Amino acid sequence: MAKITLKDLSHSYLEKQNSNADWALRDVNIDWKDGGAYALLGPSGCGKTTLLNIVSGLLKPTKGSVLFDDKDITAFSPVERDIAQIFQFPVIYDTMTVYDNLAFPLKNRGLSETDIASKVKEIAEMLELTSTLNNRASGLTADGKQKISLGRGLVRSDVNVIMFDEPLTVIDPHLKWVLRSKLKELHQKINRTMIYVTHDQTEALTFADQVVVMHEGQIVQTGTPVELFEKPKHTFVGHFIGSPGMNILPCEIKNGEINFSGQKIQSHKNIKKSNFKKTQLGIRPEFINFSNNGIPVKIKRVSNTGRHKIIDTESNGENIKILSNSSTQIPSESAHITFNQKYTYVYGDNWIIE
Amino acid sequence: MNKTINQKAWFFVIPVFVLVAFNAAIPLMTVVNYSFQETFGNNVFAWEGTRWFKQILLSERFHAALGRQIAFTFIILLIQIPLGIGIALTMPKKGWGVPVCLILMSMPLLIPWNVVGAMWNIFALPDIGFLGHSLNGLGFDYNFTQQPGDAWFTTILMDVWHWTSLVVLLSYAGLNSIQPAYYQAAEIDGASRWATFRYIELPKMKKVLTLAILLRFMDSFMIYTEPFVLTGGGPGNTTAFLSIDLVKMALGQFDLGPAAAMSLIYFFIVLLVCWVFYNLMMKNEAQS
Repeated sequence: MAKITLKDLSHSYLEKQNSNADWALRDVNIDWKDGGAYALLGPSGCGKTTLLNIVSGLLKPTKGSVLFDDKDITAFSPVERDIAQIFQFPVIYDTMTVYDNLAFPLKNRGLSETDIASKVKEIAEMLELTSTLNNRASGLTADGKQKISLGRGLVRSDVNVIMFDEPLTVIDPHLKWVLRSKLKELHQKINRTMIYVTHDQTEALTFADQVVVMHEGQIVQTGTPVELFEKPKHTFVGHFIGSPGMNILPCEIKNGEINFSGQKIQSHKNIKKSNFKKTQLGIRPEFINFSNNGIPVKIKRVSNTGRHKIIDTESNGENIKILSNSSTQIPSESAHITFNQKYTYVYGDNWIIE
Repeated sequence: MNKTINQKAWFFVIPVFVLVAFNAAIPLMTVVNYSFQETFGNNVFAWEGTRWFKQILLSERFHAALGRQIAFTFIILLIQIPLGIGIALTMPKKGWGVPVCLILMSMPLLIPWNVVGAMWNIFALPDIGFLGHSLNGLGFDYNFTQQPGDAWFTTILMDVWHWTSLVVLLSYAGLNSIQPAYYQAAEIDGASRWATFRYIELPKMKKVLTLAILLRFMDSFMIYTEPFVLTGGGPGNTTAFLSIDLVKMALGQFDLGPAAAMSLIYFFIVLLVCWVFYNLMMKNEAQS
């Protein structure tokens, strides 16, 4: 069990780095508390697996250091770090039984047979694998195999952190939910630090207390699921999280006044700085209402998702999505909309202006 | 859904049927024909029943040739399979070393078999060959044309040189198809190098190794050209493996009946061993 600190971490797979694009990770600083459930969220290629492999010790970072309980372990091997990692597809030892698979990490560490037997029994019960213990592992279904990979991580009582690299990719949709609840339940039971890498926002937001959102090798925001939803600090977080994502609209700032489409807009705070290359307005579809006056829009399309209606509108050549209750009466053709001031943010060069 | 029944589709099978008939079934049937009859030339045949089969199965000459054949195949498999896996494990996985190794490895496989035999014959000659001369120079009494032990040693060495590459290439392909996550998981689980080989690499190579063993078994069990050129089956009959003995009987002595019976027995042994081995190896695959 350990607190994990990542200090000024950068990594590149190339020998020489000329531009930012050559770095898979740039200036990553994270503090993960002992016993927390964290998620690393981002699209494919954003550097989340690289970051995970650096924490587990499978990769050595180009720059920066990894600390467990304030002790620098950057040069340590995965075994010395005492971590567990569960991979995208189930990794099992085909020729062994389920029991031998679970016992393998303990045997390698020289535990006695009786200690191994009691530990394996305990974990098998927790993962509901007891009835299959004497079967060959290769005969199990994908979710059963993934449980074994998970079990090999859990069976060691000394692990500092358990890491999951998109562990539900190959699992059937209806079992994903079951396995995810199991993970959450296990986290509460054994209270170990868990880091969960995924590109699926539902998985990240339901599993983790704190979500780290990554984009092009950088951390763009760390926060609780509610914070990420209500106050995205970067335009990427805005449109990546939420369905549909945040409306990001070009705007002009003059003397602290925000102008969009010829209308003056009120944001959550007064804007002082304005020397940006690009300024944008961010508003989630959930926080837009129809009204008698405000920004004039044309209604292009209404789609009903059951509980909600998603309305595609256009104003001055910009598309604006609106989410409203399915019972709301939608004006036809043209309408006026207003933004909820509390949730209207201004972004300068993609970062929030506060 | 209703299936359309149209027996005319069988006509499409005719070309393949004719082809297989001409290149396999008909020649094989001639052998079967010879094996039950005695012939004196001029297409005169006399029915002999199972006499040739009994004669071959009871003949000491056949037992001796079969014994030599089994010993030879067993020894080369015992050397080539572990050696091939070992070389594949040490081959580089990326960089300029990969094409270099692959080309070096495929070279022996590209040389015509009688050339291999001739090469090794000259290479091993005790008076002028590099190998033979060097061994004698080092104080070994080496002469593969006179001493059975040396003849066996040279034949086995030649086969190992010629065919280990096949095992290497197959094992290398098997090793390369293992996902990196398996090695990473083993590293995290604290597995030793041996355990990684035993529980990850070897099981993942099972299919290619089954193939390698089958190919090497069949080829070595039917080996003819190389030992024929190298030793001609000698000294005496000490390296006369099944094929060499069979050719002697059929073309040297013109005993067509017994030779045909021996061919069929030989064919049946190869088929049986392959079938049993393959089924044993794949027994557990069916469950998963």
